[in-house]
Amino acid sequence: MSSNRGASVIVIGGGVTGLSAAWWLARSGVDVLVLDKGVVGWEASSRNGGGASHYQSPLFDEEQRMWPQMDALLGYPTEFQAERVIIAVTEKQLEHYHYIAGMCGDMGYRVDRIDAQQARQMVPMAGDNCLGGIHLRFGGHANPQRTVQAYAWATQDLGGRIIQHCPALSLTTAGGRVTGVVTPQGELGCDALVVAAGPQIAGLLAPLGIDVPLAAARAEMIVTEPAPLMQWGGVDGNGLYGRQTRRGNLAYGGGPHEWLLTEPGGPAARPSSPLARNLAKRVAEMLPGAAQLKVIRSWSGIIENTPDGRPIIDRLSHPDNVTVATLSGVGFGLSPASGHAIRDLVIDGKVSFTDIDKLALSRFAGLEPDWRARRGWEPLPGAEALRA
Amino acid sequence: MSDEFTGHDPYAINRKLPGADQHFDLVVVGAGPAGLAAALEGAALGASVLLVDEHPVAGAQMGNDVPYWFGGRMTGAVQTKDRMIEQVFMAQPLFEQAMEAGVELQLGVYAWGLWRNHANLAALPEPMLGLADEERSWTVGFKAIVLATGARDLALSFTGWDQPGVMGAQGLHALLTRYDAFAGRRIVILGTGDLAIATARLALGRGLEVAAMIETAAAPVGDLAEMAALKLAGVAVHCGSVLREAQGGIDGVRAAVIAPLGGGEAETIACDTICLAIDMVPAIELLDAAGGRIVTDPARGGHVPQARAGLALPGIFLAGDCAGLGLNEAQAAAEGRAAARRALGHDPDGAPLRPEPVTAVDRLAYREAWLRALVAASDDRVIVCQCEEVSRADLLDVQPPNYLERGEKMRARSLATLLEDGPPDQEQVKRLTRACMGVCQARRCREQVGMLLAMASNLPMAQAPRAGWRAPVRPVALGVLADWAEDQAMKDGWDVWFGIPTQWTPYRDIGTEREEQHRRALGGNMHL
Repeated sequence: MSSNRGASVIVIGGGVTGLSAAWWLARSGVDVLVLDKGVVGWEASSRNGGGASHYQSPLFDEEQRMWPQMDALLGYPTEFQAERVIIAVTEKQLEHYHYIAGMCGDMGYRVDRIDAQQARQMVPMAGDNCLGGIHLRFGGHANPQRTVQAYAWATQDLGGRIIQHCPALSLTTAGGRVTGVVTPQGELGCDALVVAAGPQIAGLLAPLGIDVPLAAARAEMIVTEPAPLMQWGGVDGNGLYGRQTRRGNLAYGGGPHEWLLTEPGGPAARPSSPLARNLAKRVAEMLPGAAQLKVIRSWSGIIENTPDGRPIIDRLSHPDNVTVATLSGVGFGLSPASGHAIRDLVIDGKVSFTDIDKLALSRFAGLEPDWRARRGWEPLPGAEALRA
Repeated sequence: MSDEFTGHDPYAINRKLPGADQHFDLVVVGAGPAGLAAALEGAALGASVLLVDEHPVAGAQMGNDVPYWFGGRMTGAVQTKDRMIEQVFMAQPLFEQAMEAGVELQLGVYAWGLWRNHANLAALPEPMLGLADEERSWTVGFKAIVLATGARDLALSFTGWDQPGVMGAQGLHALLTRYDAFAGRRIVILGTGDLAIATARLALGRGLEVAAMIETAAAPVGDLAEMAALKLAGVAVHCGSVLREAQGGIDGVRAAVIAPLGGGEAETIACDTICLAIDMVPAIELLDAAGGRIVTDPARGGHVPQARAGLALPGIFLAGDCAGLGLNEAQAAAEGRAAARRALGHDPDGAPLRPEPVTAVDRLAYREAWLRALVAASDDRVIVCQCEEVSRADLLDVQPPNYLERGEKMRARSLATLLEDGPPDQEQVKRLTRACMGVCQARRCREQVGMLLAMASNLPMAQAPRAGWRAPVRPVALGVLADWAEDQAMKDGWDVWFGIPTQWTPYRDIGTEREEQHRRALGGNMHL
């Protein structure tokens, strides 16, 4: 099941970012090994809305270029569907969506404004309360659970290795470089390291004197029984993100998050809360035609954020064989591109297809030690005592 | 930049989740023998007591086999919920007694969520239970809660099981004793253990025909005197046999085709109902969703609470079948009374509510014998997950649903290749195959999927994987689940994502004057 053999590149973290990086590295013929504390894609990588429309990112063009090819390139289905429709049920929402449309238009990305009647035609479950919205003629969405496994399998198909249930406990250094990863299965040697371990990144790199400012939080989603398929599955709005799956289920999240303590070994639990009722209200408001659909699941995921909410994708200067990657809570959709960027950093030291200089870790060099408290990103009182 | 931070995150969950809508000293979920006794004891001790039971469930829930496997064999009477509430109330004399004792009794009310602060959830103002009827949902707080949620049906698949008339013993029991709404006449029962014997006796007592009892073992596994009495009553007992097929027509089951184990001449038995009475499964949904520890105990019925009745979590107590099978009604009632006393702070130092049994039966071994026999007697195209139409072949090949393309690489994957990466994981297989992802919330397939994965992985049944429960542990419509009277704090502090003002600035605009413009316009609110 496992081997005590190291690899040219070890990726710590079998989330969507680490897996995509491993897949890109394997595509370049690199001997790559992914370590995961549990099952691949178990955390936020498979617990998200599946959106892939990230106009704000320097990885956006590559995200858009890659997604339509992913099924063919990976060899496994991702359920990618193009475009997104965002509908409003308040004037304030509509104004907000129109601003986004303008902002995207300025960047050359096409967004059509749709009126209420068009919206109801495009989204049959929308109701009389729908005021219109916007239709993104880019982006899309995919099935996170299927996609993470597809990356893992595709990596294996290219000769990469994945060891599950094998947490990285610490890093070994020599001569100013990381030379190996200590795990319960022994030390695994490497020439280069990618740390894509989500909230656990900070704890892994701290002993090397590298401070990666991350705060973990919990967010929730709900899922209904299948509804008749809409032409555009990527429908959301009314304070929600989410989609209709290819099967027809409506899966939506949004609303308040809970800041957490970070556990070095990963989350002890991923509980959902009565917030399901507030999510249900917003889904029923957005899609009155779905009000009779049964909610059959809820789930929560634990997400890390950087102080400015933007990714860190950076090959460090010291040790210079370590690349750090966190997408700060917006990683799934961007994964085809983030993996490419990480591949470039690991192999070439520089990203070939876009500028990501503003995503460097060094931007936080002057960060206040109490940055979490200043932002109100501290765990709730009593959280410490509730730790399992 | 630091000056702009106030030390407050307006979009964090802090102080946004409201307290419960109602409060009782003691809430009891489930009005079977254990729950009724717990509620009566609580009232006798002077506590304010709420006793909720989901029966009668709406006809639509029954159609989805929630919470029992009703197998579509209910009469049209179940569509009239008001009439059914009267029926269910009248069927249990203790309900009137409970109301006279001051118990608040709510029938036809689903308990769909149970929350308490624990690891990674500290935002609740208090522990609470989520309730719903067909119109609305609400929450109830408590000093203590007794879960007496009973047991549900164990379903196993075979050719033709996905049609009306194939049902579970709990579903049949409820339709006969609580609803008086069973639509069948002539039953074939799978199993010869205590549950099967009780099922046969009940059916005969209600004037139904029991055409046969089928057993894979060479001899009946239950009480031999009871079995002899059933034979005398005209029940044909076929041991060393297995069900090969449920034959049916437009109204569902018309016959059971049975055959000797290992092959031989088949026999067709006319019937309109095939009742699986192989075993039951403790109903652990609420405890699991609340973060209670679940273990595998072959004697108590598979996946069961670690706690052997009594205190399971702070303020949360268990009684009756949900804490493990094997009690008779009187024992369950005694356990319910004792749990209520503990829950209300009486006799805190008492002995364990349920001692370890002297001899432990291995229920999983019996289930496994049936599973293996049914698998051997059926084609692997048999559907395992009815909601999502996943066949046994696709489950064990870890193939995606039919609406997705299966390329060459996909077809080369299987459980065997997945096992190279680690032990079988039901949640992972569920995500890939969609087995257990349907509207019945995997009531019909979660146990058999776990068992099939264990079997195909050459693992003992005690190591079968498990899929967890999350609220809502009953299917609840969006419009019913919705909190339409949401607090202003929730409205004001709602954002699509984290509400981090800098997160959604287009990359090219970072550090430019346009960044400030976007921040003002978007307010941190993202929408993509």
